[in-house]
Amino acid sequence: MAKAELNPSDEQQVMKGTSAVAKGVMAADPDVISAYPITPQTGVVEKLSELVADGELDSEFIKVDSEFNAASTCIGASAAGARAFSATSSQGLKLMSEPLFTAAGMRLPIVMAVANRSLSAPLSIWADHTDAFAERDGGMLQFHAEDVQEAIDHVLMGFRVAEQVNLPVLSNFDGFILTHVQEPADIPSEEEVNEFLPPRDPEFTLDPSDPKTMGAYARPEHWTEARYEIQAAMMESKDVWAKTVEEFKEVFGRDYTEYNGMIDTYHGDADYRLVALGSMCGTIRGVIDQYREQGVDVGLVRPRVHRPFPTEEIRAALGDAEAVGVLTKEMSPGYESALAGEIKGTLYHAENQPPIKSFVIGMAGRDITAAEIGAMIEETMEASHPMTFDEQESWPQLREELLQTGGDN
Amino acid sequence: MSSDLQDQDFTDEVEHGEELWNPGHRACAGCGPALAMKYITEAAGENTIISQPTGCMEVVSTPYPESSWGTSYIHNIFENAASVASGIEAAYKSFDRRDPDHLDVEDSDDLNIIAVGGDGATADIGIRALSGMMERGHDVTYIMYDNEAYMNTGVQRSSQTPLGASTTTSPAGDVSIGNDTNKKDMASIAADHGVGYVATASISNPRDFKQKVEEAISRDGPKFLHVYSPCPVGWSYESSKTVELAELAVETGLFPVFEMEDGEITDVNKIRDRKPVREWLETQGRFKHLFDDEDGEEAIEELQAWIDDRAEDLGLDA
Ligand SMILES: Cc1ncc(C[n+]2csc(CCOP(=O)(O)OP(=O)(O)O)c2C)c(N)n1
Ligand code: SF4
Repeated sequence: MAKAELNPSDEQQVMKGTSAVAKGVMAADPDVISAYPITPQTGVVEKLSELVADGELDSEFIKVDSEFNAASTCIGASAAGARAFSATSSQGLKLMSEPLFTAAGMRLPIVMAVANRSLSAPLSIWADHTDAFAERDGGMLQFHAEDVQEAIDHVLMGFRVAEQVNLPVLSNFDGFILTHVQEPADIPSEEEVNEFLPPRDPEFTLDPSDPKTMGAYARPEHWTEARYEIQAAMMESKDVWAKTVEEFKEVFGRDYTEYNGMIDTYHGDADYRLVALGSMCGTIRGVIDQYREQGVDVGLVRPRVHRPFPTEEIRAALGDAEAVGVLTKEMSPGYESALAGEIKGTLYHAENQPPIKSFVIGMAGRDITAAEIGAMIEETMEASHPMTFDEQESWPQLREELLQTGGDN
Repeated sequence: MSSDLQDQDFTDEVEHGEELWNPGHRACAGCGPALAMKYITEAAGENTIISQPTGCMEVVSTPYPESSWGTSYIHNIFENAASVASGIEAAYKSFDRRDPDHLDVEDSDDLNIIAVGGDGATADIGIRALSGMMERGHDVTYIMYDNEAYMNTGVQRSSQTPLGASTTTSPAGDVSIGNDTNKKDMASIAADHGVGYVATASISNPRDFKQKVEEAISRDGPKFLHVYSPCPVGWSYESSKTVELAELAVETGLFPVFEMEDGEITDVNKIRDRKPVREWLETQGRFKHLFDDEDGEEAIEELQAWIDDRAEDLGLDA
């Protein structure tokens, strides 16, 4: 991420990712928190419970029986006008899926931290983006953090944007890699946050002195319009986000303003560009440095925002590349990785369409090594049009021997 | 709790029409649950927020852009009305404590938060949300209107469907007597959660039901009411008979009316000369097949025995 200048008032603390995010949530001062434990998110719920128990955070903490009801209680609270927060991962996010889609339809600005993790089966607790992508079409804004600092900041910016456009937010940060790492981070001070994030001021609530019906049922002559309004709000959120990162920079000193806050780049004008989300970009940057030293012109394009999709920014950031390699921790069975497919779709109407290779890697916590990234850079450099369906996506980490024997050898 | 707020009188700020369950809703003629909605809103009054799951009462009352609700109202999904209500309650608690001026709202102590769901939404798919709400002790009144099946989706059985009823998922057939289970005891489930006030009522006695709604909302913490509400469509009877059949279900003991406080039965609506359930079964198309053969006879006896057992447990007979 763009290196931040330190605000003199900032207090740098070294703490676990989950605790740091919880502190970020505390700074946002939610009225209601409702969350259920699941690895690797659990630390967020635990820390928030502790902050409430110690009287440091004055929120109603609802000790729910499941993620399903965490999301549902947040919906009730948010409809009543509260600033509501939850956090989850993987199976928990799946269990929230039904209420979360309605939170978008009901235009409730709930913010959720999602510690990304793969989905069963097989059962796995480790990081990938399968969970976030499974919720892609609900109408929640989605951000992906590269490091702990960004995960904290995305929660704060998430509330700021969500409460202006009335949509929920999934603020993604990679399980274990970010949740369980100890990193120095600036914990926003109350004064800064007061300046940046005013109390929620909702237009419509369940106010008994001004009765309204919320969550009505709509027949075919109205439903499309409600969905269109979500689309319009998503589109509007791009401008709101752009302004938000500017304001954030002024108040906190951290600069996320590149490409309107949508995309972060590293040698973004290089001939060959890798695209990736989240924490793996740290490793990628290191490998890029090595290759550049050897004279290979390679760079990184990292979408920070995945919904709304940064269409114009992707065109600007990738349209003039010689070739693009998309490294993703998700896949869409029967087609190709969703991210690669989306980027291709976005470039369809651009002036140039660089060849794009999709690489499915790092799923369910499998380590991504520098050597593997190097190999993907080289494969990307060889990419050219046209590509067959088989050629467009590779799984460089696939252990062929397991497929042959079925055993772990 | 802000004492300032408690001292203020908000009543003159509230202005809405006379009825809080307004005519024009799309419920069928003779709909028992629609009567329950009328009585609930009459008893609870204006300072109320209703949370409702998907089901007949939601669908008939909120076809956008119309609404029958004169109170604040939210529908979310089929299985979470109790959780949505829990969230609303938590929000108002938080406002009271943190920022009483945050919204133009009443003190949460004076506010009636009521979740009203069908038997399917309550006893089946939403029971986890309800269990959580009761266990955590939210100040919410949960009212289950019981029409003994999933009516909104076309009369499928629920765990409140009586033994022997033919529904679209428990049809009577050559080798089936229809539904093969007895009604799940929701009052005991609620009481076992430590819910302080639990009551059953029937739409055939609005006075009793409304009093119980008033009693429930006057108390702190979770409350559970089970209100019997016949459905002419799902039960197949003439729509003018709704109140009569609701009463008959009480008189046969199929639906006992009682109150529980802190887990103990405190009041039972005693029945003099309890009628055989057969009299009630005969009135409805959904039980017609029971009178055709021996298997049906056996089912009627089984249902009668189940009723007799419960009647004894509850001390129902006068
Ligand atoms: C998760 C889910 N499953 C199923 C449905 C379909 N559904 C909507 S209402 C309903 C039945 C409602 O029954 P009940 O709660 O008894 O209320 P009634 O319609 O009888 O008033 C069903 C099955 C749904 N909306 N959501
Ligand atoms: S189907 Fe039954 S419960 Fe539903 S509206 Fe009609 S009468 Fe009422």
